[in-house]
Amino acid sequence: MIMFNLISPTLAFLFQDAPRSGFEQIKYSAANPDLAKFLVIGALLFIIGVAGVLTRRNIIVIFMSIELILNAANLNFIAFSRYLSLTGDPDAIAGQIFTVFVIVVAAAEAAIGLGIVIALYRNKETIWIDEIDLLKW
Amino acid sequence: MLKYIWLVPLLPLIGAAINGLLGRKLRFSEPLIGGIAVGSVALSFLISVAAVYSYGFGGHAEWPRPYLTSQDGFSFDWIPGGAVSVNHGAEAEAAPRFALLNVEWSYQLDPLSSIFMLIVTGVGLCIFVFATGYMHGETGFYRFFAYMGLFMFAMLVLVMGSNFLMMFVGWEGVGLCSYLLIGYYFDRQEAANASRKAFITNRVGDFGFALAIFGVIATFGSAQYVDVFNQAKSYPIELLGHWGVLSWIALGLFIGACGKSAQLPLHVWLPDAMAGPTPVSALIHAATMVTAGLYMVTRTNVIFQHSQTMLLVVALIGAATAIFAATIGITQNDIKKVLAYSTVSQLGFMFMACGVGAFAIGIFHVMTHAFFKALMFLGAGSVIHGMHHEQDMRRMGGLKKYMPYTYWTFMAGWLAICGIIPFSGFWSKDEILWKAASTTHIPLGWLVWLIGTIAATCTAFYMTRLMAMTFWGRERFLDKPAGGEADEAHASAYDKGLAQHDAVYPSAGDRPRHEPGEHVGPVHEDVAHHVATHGHVHEGEGHGHGAHVPHESPPSMWVPLAVLAVLAVIGGLVGIGPAFRSVTGSEHPGGRLHIVSWLDPIIWNPVTREFNAPEGGHEAAPVAETAAPAEGAAHGEAGASVYGNTGFNLAHSVENSTHSELATEWIFIIISLVVAGIGIALGFLFYVWRPLLAGIWAQRLRPLYIASYNKYWVDEFYGWAVTRRTMDAARAVYAFDSKIVDGIVNGLATLSRLFSRIVGGIDKYFVDGLVNTIAAFIMRLMSPLFRAAQTGFTQNYALVMVLGLMVAVVLFFARDIF
Repeated sequence: MIMFNLISPTLAFLFQDAPRSGFEQIKYSAANPDLAKFLVIGALLFIIGVAGVLTRRNIIVIFMSIELILNAANLNFIAFSRYLSLTGDPDAIAGQIFTVFVIVVAAAEAAIGLGIVIALYRNKETIWIDEIDLLKW
Repeated sequence: MLKYIWLVPLLPLIGAAINGLLGRKLRFSEPLIGGIAVGSVALSFLISVAAVYSYGFGGHAEWPRPYLTSQDGFSFDWIPGGAVSVNHGAEAEAAPRFALLNVEWSYQLDPLSSIFMLIVTGVGLCIFVFATGYMHGETGFYRFFAYMGLFMFAMLVLVMGSNFLMMFVGWEGVGLCSYLLIGYYFDRQEAANASRKAFITNRVGDFGFALAIFGVIATFGSAQYVDVFNQAKSYPIELLGHWGVLSWIALGLFIGACGKSAQLPLHVWLPDAMAGPTPVSALIHAATMVTAGLYMVTRTNVIFQHSQTMLLVVALIGAATAIFAATIGITQNDIKKVLAYSTVSQLGFMFMACGVGAFAIGIFHVMTHAFFKALMFLGAGSVIHGMHHEQDMRRMGGLKKYMPYTYWTFMAGWLAICGIIPFSGFWSKDEILWKAASTTHIPLGWLVWLIGTIAATCTAFYMTRLMAMTFWGRERFLDKPAGGEADEAHASAYDKGLAQHDAVYPSAGDRPRHEPGEHVGPVHEDVAHHVATHGHVHEGEGHGHGAHVPHESPPSMWVPLAVLAVLAVIGGLVGIGPAFRSVTGSEHPGGRLHIVSWLDPIIWNPVTREFNAPEGGHEAAPVAETAAPAEGAAHGEAGASVYGNTGFNLAHSVENSTHSELATEWIFIIISLVVAGIGIALGFLFYVWRPLLAGIWAQRLRPLYIASYNKYWVDEFYGWAVTRRTMDAARAVYAFDSKIVDGIVNGLATLSRLFSRIVGGIDKYFVDGLVNTIAAFIMRLMSPLFRAAQTGFTQNYALVMVLGLMVAVVLFFARDIF
């Protein structure tokens, strides 16, 4: 219920200013999104990623959740980039460049992280994160 | 020529510098080293002769005034001392004043220094030439001549300096060179010991001399002779028992003279100094350096004549030394030891002369003694050389046949020292005894005369003994070593000859020495024959002979002997005594050439209170008939008033019975000739005619013989009283240092350690304990909380991060929200 209570106003917000009704309205809104909608979706992605990181036991899934967080950030960058370009800011392209950087870093991070996971598995024969408490010592 | 006398000391110094600094590095050959040394001294001698001639007899003769090189600008300010306060002495105590003490380095040529210049350079030249032969083959040839040249420089500075400080520089310089040359064979323990002994004993004297110089400066405000003596002559005469400032100065000076001239308490170093090479003994320890004390006393005769006490001390010390050393000389067996004690004894005679007020006669004896003693030392060196470094007279005898030049020259020295008319020693020694008997300067003149006469007898006796044992009699060097005391030297030579030591040092010096593995013992017929037939081949080589047969020395050695022999024979003619005035026609024949007249300008006359006789005094020889009584009166009754009543006077008593001064003088001359004859006759009796008598009498007078043979145990006494006590003091000081001083330091260290341990304990148990307790308490209290946060699960940390992020976001927007 809580999730629903959170999500429903969000959905309402996403489709609020449609000039038409019904399916037409949905189509129009999807074709002409405004900045706020991207931000909402980015926030949702971020929250989902954080929830995944905090709740899942499998390290691989945690990685995937981290990717979600990163992509939420990317989405924000892209959205602001587009928005600023519409307002005529000459530096708006920076957001897209930043996104490329984030993707590169994410790829590197994934490679290193998966390497760590493999090494961890070889030593501890597990990838369940609640069985790994080496940081305590 | 006068203005060049500064070259006289400088030339030997340059020679010494060349030899000493370059001789080793450039490997100078012996002729080159000898040439440099002899050449420099010869040049000095020539300059000295020319300078003295032009000083005394030239067209513009300076005599009797002293000539200073500063007159011609050959001087420099040596010690610009500045102002000194003059507050001693009668005048200065009334009105203290300041004087400007600027000590200059300038040379003074006056009658006294001219005599010493001629002796030092002239006799020195002979000895240098001799040394080139004697030292042939020595490893340190260059070193020897460097030291000798340095000695000549120092000695000439001593006698030519124009002030007390230059004399002191020379004084210390000759002491240093004496030390270096006694220790020339530094690889031998006894030479090293002897050199140290000489140096340390001289320190005692130098201490007195230095104090006297301080006294002179504090009293007169100057160190320049001319200034000092001009002031001193106006001081009152201090009679017996009165210790005024001049008496104290004279005492200090005389202590210095005792050290340098080996007078009684400080004589011990001179016999030991014979460990040096024989030319050194001749030059330094007979002819020149040891007479420096005489030079100093005569130079300061103004001061000495102001103190009757010190004159008496000088005379008595001189007399005591003369008899003391003469009696020791009788029993010594080492040829150089006999000559050494003879030197000490003769120096005693010279001081005797000074003490009785006859300074010129003392210098006269210095001169004649320089001739005949240098001659005899060089003769002894020649004998030692010929005997292959045998010094023990018991192993000699009959050398007359083998060493004719040495023998005949030695004979001249023997007659001179015995006091046989007309050899040089007679004139000076007889005059000393006459002056002692007739002195009005001091009481007890008769005692001085008596002791001197006995010492003269002893002198004649032991010199005859030396002649007999060395040159006459049986050829004992051919004997086989029979053991016993008489052969100890020979036996020790036997031992030493086999020692490795000698092989390392080809010529180890003046002692019996033999080549390693050499046969030491009776000379076989064939060896003797070989040497007899081929002896000339070895002549000049000096060393390396197989057998003990002596040989004559090379010309470089006997020519100086001949020169000195001539001087020893005729050298006394410059001082013919007043007793011969009927023969010579004058009290002091020869005018200025007579030594007493020559020296008069520097001798202070206590009656006239002026320095004697400028031009005309003794120059007026033809009127001496009238001058003589006045002179006699001046030295006689008038002198008595100056020095008070001096009690019994031997000469005056005799004169009262003979009623003739001339007869009295002749009586004393005959006495001194008779005692010389007695001494010689006894010597012949004991050592030539009845050789067994010597042993018999030595046995009969056993205690005396033993005492004399052991030199009256003075060395042993000093060893006990000075050396041992010094070492005791050193030990006591060491004990104080190690026990008390170190104890304090160590005690403090212990205390510090104790304290630090206490402080450490407090720190460790109290302060640390407190800190630890509090820390532990806090840790126990807080740790569960923080430990609980550290779960080790990654997601917990991530959760905290997220929560933190949320808080941050909330805080960030809080301003907008709330």
